[in-house]
Amino acid sequence: MIVIIKLTQRHCEQILNYCQNEAPNEACGLLGGIIDEDVKIVKKVYLLTNVDQCPEHFSMDPQEQFAAIKDMRTNGWFLLGNFHSHPKSPSRPSEEDKRLAFDPEVSYLILSLMEEGYPILKSFRIQKDTVSEETIKIIAGGA
Amino acid sequence: MQIKVNGKDLVLEKELSVKELIDEQRIEAPEYVTVQLNEEFVDKNDFSSIIIKDGDSIEFLYFMGGGRI
Repeated sequence: MIVIIKLTQRHCEQILNYCQNEAPNEACGLLGGIIDEDVKIVKKVYLLTNVDQCPEHFSMDPQEQFAAIKDMRTNGWFLLGNFHSHPKSPSRPSEEDKRLAFDPEVSYLILSLMEEGYPILKSFRIQKDTVSEETIKIIAGGA
Repeated sequence: MQIKVNGKDLVLEKELSVKELIDEQRIEAPEYVTVQLNEEFVDKNDFSSIIIKDGDSIEFLYFMGGGRI
């Protein structure tokens, strides 16, 4: 079972900057990359539009979702996971996050911006009501 | 007939509607699935009436969303 997801520092900055810019609304996106044995290695962060434009909900733009998936396929990558921000709440899946997590294979990353200056990014696997935290490994380098 | 489902080849013995293909693929929670057929979005109301033809390319994608509640 895969429990490690690797992102570069640049990927983390992309997620953080995007989420901060979209605040107070929730921001969201997808992660594409490869799987090496039991490690997910992110190759690209896709910044998607939250069509809800809301501080408490997000829905990814389906058109952008399809475009991202096709780009991943073109590059020989897989959908490894997705991310969204919690501008005013902790980095843990809400009941709604769990209810709407249909894919047990992907990682669900949540960036909490609740404490100013202390963003917290965590990754989870969600299988029905069972939530398990994954290890995020941040490596030096660009996207 | 041969079609592509999420980029992968699939052989069908007969023509199916989008809804029948969703059922055959055993896609869970189909009410949360968005469908593109040959790059065009398919309205959920048309899932039963649109027939997939030889050479078509169909994409299924789960709605991705959530909230803090």
